[in-house]
Amino acid sequence: MHGIADALVAAWQLILSGNSTLLGIVFLSLGVSLTAVLFASCIGLPLGAALATTRFPGRNAAVLTVNALMGLPPVVVGLVVYLALSRSGPLGSLGLLFTPGAMVIAQVVLATPIVAAVARQIVEDLWREYAELYLFDGVSRVRTICSLLWLGRFSLTTAVLAGAGRAVAEVGAILIVGGNIAGVTRTMTTAIALETSRGDLALALGLGIILLALIFLINGTAHFAGRAVKRVAP
Amino acid sequence: MRPLLRAAAIGWLLLSAAAFPAVAEPPFITVASTTSTEESGLFGYLLPAFTKETGIDVRVVAVGTGQALKIGERGDCDVVFVHDRPAELAFVEHGFGIDRREVMYNDFVLIGPASDPAHVDGGTDIVAALRKIADAKAPFVARGDDSGTSKAELRFWKEAGLDPRTIGAGWYRDTGSGMGPTLNTAAAMEGYTLSDRGTWLNFKNRQNLKIVVQGDRRLLNQYGVMLVNPARYPSVKQDLGYKFINWLTSPTGQTTIADFKINGEQLFFPDAKPATG
Repeated sequence: MHGIADALVAAWQLILSGNSTLLGIVFLSLGVSLTAVLFASCIGLPLGAALATTRFPGRNAAVLTVNALMGLPPVVVGLVVYLALSRSGPLGSLGLLFTPGAMVIAQVVLATPIVAAVARQIVEDLWREYAELYLFDGVSRVRTICSLLWLGRFSLTTAVLAGAGRAVAEVGAILIVGGNIAGVTRTMTTAIALETSRGDLALALGLGIILLALIFLINGTAHFAGRAVKRVAP
Repeated sequence: MRPLLRAAAIGWLLLSAAAFPAVAEPPFITVASTTSTEESGLFGYLLPAFTKETGIDVRVVAVGTGQALKIGERGDCDVVFVHDRPAELAFVEHGFGIDRREVMYNDFVLIGPASDPAHVDGGTDIVAALRKIADAKAPFVARGDDSGTSKAELRFWKEAGLDPRTIGAGWYRDTGSGMGPTLNTAAAMEGYTLSDRGTWLNFKNRQNLKIVVQGDRRLLNQYGVMLVNPARYPSVKQDLGYKFINWLTSPTGQTTIADFKINGEQLFFPDAKPATG
């Protein structure tokens, strides 16, 4: 157990030192993951709502696919994005490999199915309740989707947070497409992987504790912001 | 809702600004190199000196030698800096790299548990030690990741006339991971493993492990540097890459390499030949 005590001490010392390298890593982690979640939400929320409200042949297969993609192995996504962005790959001319942009792309691929799948479930429940109303009023499909997403905004926070959790916590994909370059693509999770390789387990776990605290902070902020808004405009 | 949304948007913009600085970046090169140069701390000591002198940033992707050469083959870096001479020569021969230069060497050491079940402690013959480990069926933790260290280890088994992949059931463990994780596994299993000296000296989670065999001439480990062929990949930063290679092999670079020490112990021994032509 003394390993965990060492880790707590290491985490505390890191925070107290206000280490600029650590700050850079934290900002990069948050910047990359939140950007990825923003894109994933822009794609996933409408996609989920569309799946929930539309009936078309092959819909079941589409729902199944989105659900299954929640289990995409990060390392496979990393490899595919790597091959696509490599100088020898189709998007090589963009020069994105080993940059934060490449990490955002990989995390968008990972987070979008989660946002879409959870959003579909939430919107489907709403749709069951209000479908007749929308159909009776002859509201256009796009407006229906927008309106349902707005109606379910508090529950949909869960979809976005699930996507954010996936993005900020994964290491397999960004290690491959980012390269874990110090000061450029080294995030919290890749730094933890590196310190583990170096055998500095206390520092690795210390970084892990800080990452966990950050995830708590993000979820807490979303939770209390949601409650505050509900109180003002129920 | 509105003010909250606005606050969230501003927060995100600030974060992105911090994460993706849009200001003019200093010139940089991407170097694919090995975990041994990164994890031993050499790059942390060497690269700032180069950047200070030339203003060029060096972005290091630290992976096994096999993967580093692969990154070079696909044109995804400018310079490759690794330690596996036969593979490097093949890399140049196939037209993926040009101007290979030798930079420095260090050595491998055999690491083992203090209990030393194979009785190899204090030896200086790596091949004899491997035979004893095989006889004792003592746990041996292998990299198995196509790295320079992995290839060296397999060469030593071959010299011993043994193939651990056929006789090693139950004691030869192929971890398929980098030097650090392999040492972590060896520490947990009380096993033997081959490591480069630099990673070992910088490794923190040693538990009962120690150096048991060292000093064999065959354990010398040569590092080479080369430019990814710009004729093949126009994206390669030829001028900046050459500046790095020339600096590494220059008297200044070589002295800086020799000056890098852990606990007073020199880790890498520069041996670049003076530039010809």
